[in-house]
Amino acid sequence: MGPCPVVGQWQGSGLSLGLHGALPGGGAMAGIGALPGNKPDNTAFTQQRLPAWQPLLSAGTALPLFFCAGLACLALGLGLHFSSATIRELELDYTGAPGSGHNCSRCANASRAGAAGCTCSLRFELPERFPGPVCLYYQLANYYQNHRRYSVSRDDRQLSGVASGLSNPARECSPFRTDPRGIPIAPCGAIANSLFNDTFALYHLANGTFYPVPLDNRGISWWTDSNIKFSNPELINGSLEAAFRGTAKPPNWPHAAYTLDMGNLNNTGFINEDFIVWMRTAALPTFRKLYRRVREGNFSSGLPQGTYRLDITYNYPVLSFQGTKKVIFSTVSWMGGKNPFLGIVYLIFGSACILTGFVMLAVHIKFQKQNQMDVE
Amino acid sequence: MKCKNRVLNSKCAGEEKRVGTRTVFVGHRPVSETDAYVEQKFCDNRIVSSKYTVWNFLPKNLFEQFRRIANFYFLIIFLVQVIVDTPTSPVTSGLPLFFVIIVTAIKQGYEDWLRHRADKEVNKSSVFIVENAKQVKKHSEKIKVGDIVEVKADETFPCDLIFLASSNDDGICYVTTASLDGESNFKTHYAVRDTTGLQTDDDIDSLTATIECEQPQPDLYKFVGRINIYRSNQEPVARSLGPENLLLKGSTLKNTKKIYGVAVYTGMETKMALNYQGKSQKRSAVEKSINAFLVVYLCILVSKATVCTTLKYIWQSNPFNDEPWYNQKTIKERDTFKILRMFTDFLSFMVLFNFIIPVSMYVTVEMQKFLGSFFIAWDKEMYDEEIKEGALVNTSDLNEELGQVEYVFTDKTGTLTENSMKFIECCIDGHKYKDGISEVDGFSHTDGPLRYYGKAEKCREELFLRALCLCHTVQIKGGDNVDGLRVNQECWTYISSSPDEIALVKGAKKYGFTFLGHEADYMKVQNQKNEIEKYQLLHVLNFDPVRRRMSVIVKTSTGKFLLFCKGADSSIFPRVQQDEIQQTKVHVERNAMDGYRTLCVAFKELTQEDYKKINDQLSEAKMALQDREEKMARIFDDIEADMHLIGATAVEDRLQEHAAETIEALQTAGMKVWVLTGDKMETAKSTCYASRLFQTNTELLELTTKTMGDSDRKEERLHELLLEYHKKLLQDFPKNSGKLKRSWTVSQEYGLIIDGSTLSLILNPSQDSSSSNYKSIFLQICLKCTSVLCCRMAPLQKAQIVRMVKNTKGNPITLSIGDGANDVSMILEAHVGIGIKGKEGRQAARNSDYAVPKFKHLRKLLLAHGHLYYVRIAHLVQYFFYKNLCFILPQFLYQFFCGFSQQPLYDAAYLTMYNICFTSLPILAYSLLEQHINIETLTSDPRLYMKISDNAMLQWKPFLYWTFLGSFEGLVFFFGVYFLFQNSSLEHNGKVFGNWTFGTIVFTVLVFTVTLKLALDTRFWTWMNHFVIWGSLAFYVFFSFFWGGIIWPFLKQQRMYFVFAHMVTSVSTWLAIVLLIFISLSPEILLVVFKNAKRKNHQTVPFNLPMLLSYKRMENGYTSEMKFQDAVTNLTQRCHLRIPQMQQL
Repeated sequence: MGPCPVVGQWQGSGLSLGLHGALPGGGAMAGIGALPGNKPDNTAFTQQRLPAWQPLLSAGTALPLFFCAGLACLALGLGLHFSSATIRELELDYTGAPGSGHNCSRCANASRAGAAGCTCSLRFELPERFPGPVCLYYQLANYYQNHRRYSVSRDDRQLSGVASGLSNPARECSPFRTDPRGIPIAPCGAIANSLFNDTFALYHLANGTFYPVPLDNRGISWWTDSNIKFSNPELINGSLEAAFRGTAKPPNWPHAAYTLDMGNLNNTGFINEDFIVWMRTAALPTFRKLYRRVREGNFSSGLPQGTYRLDITYNYPVLSFQGTKKVIFSTVSWMGGKNPFLGIVYLIFGSACILTGFVMLAVHIKFQKQNQMDVE
Repeated sequence: MKCKNRVLNSKCAGEEKRVGTRTVFVGHRPVSETDAYVEQKFCDNRIVSSKYTVWNFLPKNLFEQFRRIANFYFLIIFLVQVIVDTPTSPVTSGLPLFFVIIVTAIKQGYEDWLRHRADKEVNKSSVFIVENAKQVKKHSEKIKVGDIVEVKADETFPCDLIFLASSNDDGICYVTTASLDGESNFKTHYAVRDTTGLQTDDDIDSLTATIECEQPQPDLYKFVGRINIYRSNQEPVARSLGPENLLLKGSTLKNTKKIYGVAVYTGMETKMALNYQGKSQKRSAVEKSINAFLVVYLCILVSKATVCTTLKYIWQSNPFNDEPWYNQKTIKERDTFKILRMFTDFLSFMVLFNFIIPVSMYVTVEMQKFLGSFFIAWDKEMYDEEIKEGALVNTSDLNEELGQVEYVFTDKTGTLTENSMKFIECCIDGHKYKDGISEVDGFSHTDGPLRYYGKAEKCREELFLRALCLCHTVQIKGGDNVDGLRVNQECWTYISSSPDEIALVKGAKKYGFTFLGHEADYMKVQNQKNEIEKYQLLHVLNFDPVRRRMSVIVKTSTGKFLLFCKGADSSIFPRVQQDEIQQTKVHVERNAMDGYRTLCVAFKELTQEDYKKINDQLSEAKMALQDREEKMARIFDDIEADMHLIGATAVEDRLQEHAAETIEALQTAGMKVWVLTGDKMETAKSTCYASRLFQTNTELLELTTKTMGDSDRKEERLHELLLEYHKKLLQDFPKNSGKLKRSWTVSQEYGLIIDGSTLSLILNPSQDSSSSNYKSIFLQICLKCTSVLCCRMAPLQKAQIVRMVKNTKGNPITLSIGDGANDVSMILEAHVGIGIKGKEGRQAARNSDYAVPKFKHLRKLLLAHGHLYYVRIAHLVQYFFYKNLCFILPQFLYQFFCGFSQQPLYDAAYLTMYNICFTSLPILAYSLLEQHINIETLTSDPRLYMKISDNAMLQWKPFLYWTFLGSFEGLVFFFGVYFLFQNSSLEHNGKVFGNWTFGTIVFTVLVFTVTLKLALDTRFWTWMNHFVIWGSLAFYVFFSFFWGGIIWPFLKQQRMYFVFAHMVTSVSTWLAIVLLIFISLSPEILLVVFKNAKRKNHQTVPFNLPMLLSYKRMENGYTSEMKFQDAVTNLTQRCHLRIPQMQQL
């Protein structure tokens, strides 16, 4: 494609009458560097003699490199592996698939029928102490948050509180753009509509009674999201409800957006952190999202070993698309959640490097001997 | 990819109008009162070289740009994105396309503006036209056919003019055609004889005449016309017009105060305008490879899209996958037909994966070629101090082809040799005349007595020398006395289009006969007694390559008519008395053996009647409008018969410096060098020995008229020989002929000599039975010989040979190099045409793809520049495909995890910028600066050239390697991050990452890996490489922060908001990125290390050859320490030809 090369076209010609007097189109002496008597510049650049570093990856330089890299990888791998190993993680499946005999099967059936508000509880043992802060995740499987039709179905302008976004949501939001009466939905779109709405309450069994474990819902979303990217529409007369007037709630929601966290104006509407977390679409069909952290009161140092009860308000239907739901308790470290993959790959790669290093050393020595023999 | 040939918008210069004649009324005056003057319609004198006007620029330019297949493809993709609901916004492919289109349009617009400006300058320049005996100043574009135009000294002719009169009484003017064909010598043009007297405006206005001439033709050197001059009450006088009467637009009037001429061809019909044609479209082998790879990638693209579409519908056949409650379709989506949906899905996938064929590759390749060719022009080592010029690049499309040459066809005279002729000796009636050894060249007048080896009769001697002084077309160019008035001998220069002639005239001068120049019709010669003799020059029967001779007819002061003829022995000997031949022939053959160029000189005395007859015939032929050339040739043939041989001359044409070394280097580099020359076999053969084309141990196979014999069974004999040679070669080269192509370990080398007539016998046999069989046998013989010499070649035969080799199996890349007009056809025919900026004008250089001052520059041009350009562009192409494969593969894999929903993995900005900003500059810098082996090594070890022969880097094997590498890396990128995202809470505080972070991690690894891969490949790190490689990476990081740092008001979704910043806060991500980069690069690193280890093992001692020791001998087991003795004997052997010659002195 592209530029038709000037070469052989008009370089230098056409600039003077004399040359134009030659063949039109400058076929004559056109071309690069044609001017007679114009001695080429004797610079390093034009003569392709720029000073240059000419590295050659020889066995000599590569050998220490391989050993060093191998050792470094091994060290990192060990570090990662142990970090990952120290992370405690507990997964609780509460999908309640029919026939599983699970406590929540009842609720699963109910949610399939469209009923909400069914509660079920899980009793579980924590075999060892989980040092704080402990994170509580929910995990959905076979749920395609990264489906294109789904992931474009949102209006970031609306979510940033722009008034026009509220009254006229983006086209991408359909079929959750307006309700059947034509009233714009806020927040619009499939993502918002399918907001995860199971709720969890945790109790610790101590001295025969279940004491509630305080769950902290602050700081579970990215700071930039909850403070800048997402923002409620301007309050009218100090009322968020008034600001949302003229909009409809998403069809799946029981209540309007401004009631997401009734008591807390900093966590309701569009800036509700659960909502923001949900709005960050996951990369893969099996994904976890941060729900709460345990870092307050008696549990600020972690969850002690023992028996717990998890009360679940089972609202979210997943059986219709063969999905599963899980609750995960996990401690975190500098590397985030439990992830054995990195450590293992580092270890493998490090060992491979060292192994290659040895092979290379052998080859190198063999060649050297050969060379010496040749010389002799 | 180059601009199409520019078709001149010449409505009036159509091909169909070139037949027939046109009649021009001089000064628009009717011939007689009775004939009504009908104004004829010719096109005006406006030159239009511009393509566009302000109004049609936009549509026309866009149309032309989108005619290119690649642009059109991207346009289609763009339109699909606009029309169909596609995953990526139209901006992603629209922006690069828009950028490319705009840049191209601006460049073409600018070029066209320059053209407009230049056109205007020419068209608006003022000229003087004689109207009603008055001079009228007009714009040049206003000239009409039939106008009488006055041109003053140093002005350029505004259109093609018939020369009517000049300020010189003799009706001569001097013209230089430097801007037309580059020949800077003055050419003499003659006014129509009957109008030379009309030297004032009034006089010229009285002329009533019509000119009949052919319709415009592009040949600069041909013109046929007739002028009819009407005088009151007289029969009109008709005079013939030839090219000598035609002053061409574009040439410049010199040394003549002013001339009058009548316009015959104007504007776009001038010969100059007709001659402009775009250069032939030569495409390089690399381009063909690119196209082949493109097809492969297109297949990959289509199959990816097909696979995804199919799987999508299989996956969706599960209703809970197709439309789960959380992700409902719109009504519109539900309503569309399934087939249509499938089709749009397919298109969407195509759009999603279309980045695999990048727009930017074409731009980068184009830029690389264009910018890269500057290095050739800038090369100081290819600058010649003598002519003060360096190399010239006429096309940048073929840079890499220079690294792929397999056959080199070279001209001899002026290419291998210097074409600076030196008169060595002559023989008169069999007696040899030779001057002293220490010859002083140039103008120093060595009057002294010369060494005679026995004397011919005095009168024969003088006749011979007079013949040398008269039989030529040499002119004298002096300081200010063009007319040859003798003022100061020292400041004369002889000028001629043929250096041989100058050498001969100078030679005659040494023997006492000095040519003093022309004076009107007379030629003046100063004889040995310092008397000035005057000869009336009656006719010049010009030299042409078919006749291979030229003659003049002069009238002596005593009234005798003499014809002098000089020419090649083969064309003279049959035309002279047979008994005279023998004694001269010995000398001619000896001289030819010594590598001299020989010419025979003959003469003939004409009687008054003879002359009259000849004169009539010539005038009649000259007057002919149809087939003038053939008629003239026939008459020349008649005239130049029954002559008497006087003697022969020998002129030395020295080998160019380093010609032999260059040829040997080329041969060592695996190229086969063929010499194609018009010269005699003996001369050419000795040149070939001297230039080491043939070695002493080369066995020569000859297919010449000599070996054929004169008999009628020529053809049978030829066939016998062909079979014999073929058998011989087959014995020596057992079966695997292909393998041996580039190896010197063959014990016996063969050289083939063939001459023009034998060649035509092979190529155009009389009976067509089994002819093609012999043709192919001949070809096989040719291809097996290491070197081939073709002598006595006509220009067209040269091209024929090149075409023959070009079309053989495997389509080897051919290169032709020559300096003269006779080489143009082969220069145009070969894949790469190289012109030598020699002494025979500029035609070769003008028609070539590259022009160099000397033959020796071919060595660096091919071995260094060609090699480097090939490696650079091959790497560029492979790298581009590779980097886009590993760019798009993760995107493809991601479809398996997002329900085949065409969800893009990367953000739109990354998709757009990847090829334009993040990864384009490093590869461009690499492809301009890389020297994987430095230039000195490349030029000094020609064998390195063989490493890249046969398009080695763009074969399927390396292509597969790169494709494998790209796929491997794509897999590593995607699955590495995929496994990392098994737990997406990667921040230390447990927060999770989403799909855009996933894509950004993949993309970061990708950008770093492909850039570092290039860094690994770079062997030549200049500061620029450092700058662009590290700069690109830094720019990527900077851009990512910037792009994610702001809420962009024009974006619908703020997908990337702080994604990158969050990514870099996660230690795990860092570790994963580093690990994945290492894993991706590790096979490459391993390969490089092992390759280097191997190379180190096989490293040979770099050898420095003594100048004369042959590379071939080295290869055959001679090492440099292997006895200098041997080299010396070898040297003496090779020089045995020279030694007897020295002994003669």
